[in-house]
Amino acid sequence: MNDVEIPFEHHQSAHCETGVISNLISHHDLTISEAMVFGIGSGLFFGHFPFIRLNHLPLTAFRISTGGIMKRVVTRLGIGVRWAKFQDPDQAMRALDRMLEQNIPVGCRTGAYWLSYFPRRYRFHFNMHNLVVIGKQGGDYLISDPVFPEPVRCPEKDLRRARFARGAMPPKGRMYHVTHVPRDPDFAGALARGINEVCRTMLKAPGPFLGVRGIRYLSRKVRNYPDKLGQEKTELYLSQVIRMQEEIGTGGAGFRFLYSAFLQEAGSFLDQEKLLELSDRMTRTGDKWREFALLASRICKHKAEPVRGCQGLGDLLAECADLEKAVYTELKQAAHEIQK
Amino acid sequence: MREVTYARDQRGRYVKVPSLGWEPKNIANEKAWEQVNEQIEEQLRLIREGQKSPLAYYMTLNLMDTGLLASYMRLSRWRIRRHMKPGVFGKLRHELLAQYARLFDVSLEQLKYPEAAHEGRAKE
Repeated sequence: MNDVEIPFEHHQSAHCETGVISNLISHHDLTISEAMVFGIGSGLFFGHFPFIRLNHLPLTAFRISTGGIMKRVVTRLGIGVRWAKFQDPDQAMRALDRMLEQNIPVGCRTGAYWLSYFPRRYRFHFNMHNLVVIGKQGGDYLISDPVFPEPVRCPEKDLRRARFARGAMPPKGRMYHVTHVPRDPDFAGALARGINEVCRTMLKAPGPFLGVRGIRYLSRKVRNYPDKLGQEKTELYLSQVIRMQEEIGTGGAGFRFLYSAFLQEAGSFLDQEKLLELSDRMTRTGDKWREFALLASRICKHKAEPVRGCQGLGDLLAECADLEKAVYTELKQAAHEIQK
Repeated sequence: MREVTYARDQRGRYVKVPSLGWEPKNIANEKAWEQVNEQIEEQLRLIREGQKSPLAYYMTLNLMDTGLLASYMRLSRWRIRRHMKPGVFGKLRHELLAQYARLFDVSLEQLKYPEAAHEGRAKE
């Protein structure tokens, strides 16, 4: 095929899924920020799952399962998106080329491990990395990867591998493109629904592992780490939580800052003082989460005594839970106001 | 690598700011990689002692476990586990070895002699 380079406005973002959606939809003349996408898609979450293991360590999640944000944003704003998935890599690559020839930027789900433009320390077997292919030059694809400052190049071989990564939740060559964007979407309704769902999962989700109750659950667990796991494992478990909370793509403090940014934007968009105030308070919970990460990292670095330190961590998490619970309760009220 | 996080400016407005990473996060990452590197060294030792085949090194280097490696090779787990034995590995068909080499993106030579490959990697 001929060389193609679609003019595409690339904005670096904190999180790959929200970044891709924001860039793709904005390309189709509906400008929407990453924070807005995160809020409308109800991205904020908490869950601690000791029985799901990631590199043999318990999973702690600060956002809803990947893929979910896109689904919600698309239905709530009435955007048309066509998905495709493939058995055969050759077919998948040909289909991608055909879209590019028509000057349509294509979103792809990939396994981050095989994307050679990532520095090694970022490459792990994570099959939910989203990116937008915006062109092809020679044997290389031009990619707008939202976590990078500029568009990058990726050899065909690597992209092919990444699209057909194996393991948990294999992408199976999944790709998508925007087919239709409404002229005048119902932003207020979408915002209200987005906020509502977050409040519901965080306050009311059943079982001990999810939402505010999940934070309290982790708080209890952490206190027992030194006793139950010993020094070395305590450090590994804690560093895993910090990584999920602060690693690339969170926008900081386990997505709490990103959500505050959303509340701020929504507040000025709808002209609602209350949302601005709640944004401030969400920021404060983010600061608490950062305190947690700071103390946990000091334990990992042997700068804080583990037994006392873990008690402190438990206290901090309990405070996070209290602060967040209050925010969601009032936020729910505020969402009700919007819908009226 | 320059990343983006959200922070507030002087007027309290949220803006995206470039960040080079935050100390606690860097510590957590170091911790994780330290563990991986320890495991890699451990595998090399086992290979040297003749307890494991070179595959064990490449599996760990690529952050895989037997399940993941099995799904990439389209083989059952127990066959992968068998291939981890030096004796079995030594008698593997050429096609299988080539398939492993392609997966790990190394030459056959490197696949069979991980020690030398490891030293070459360390020099980079």
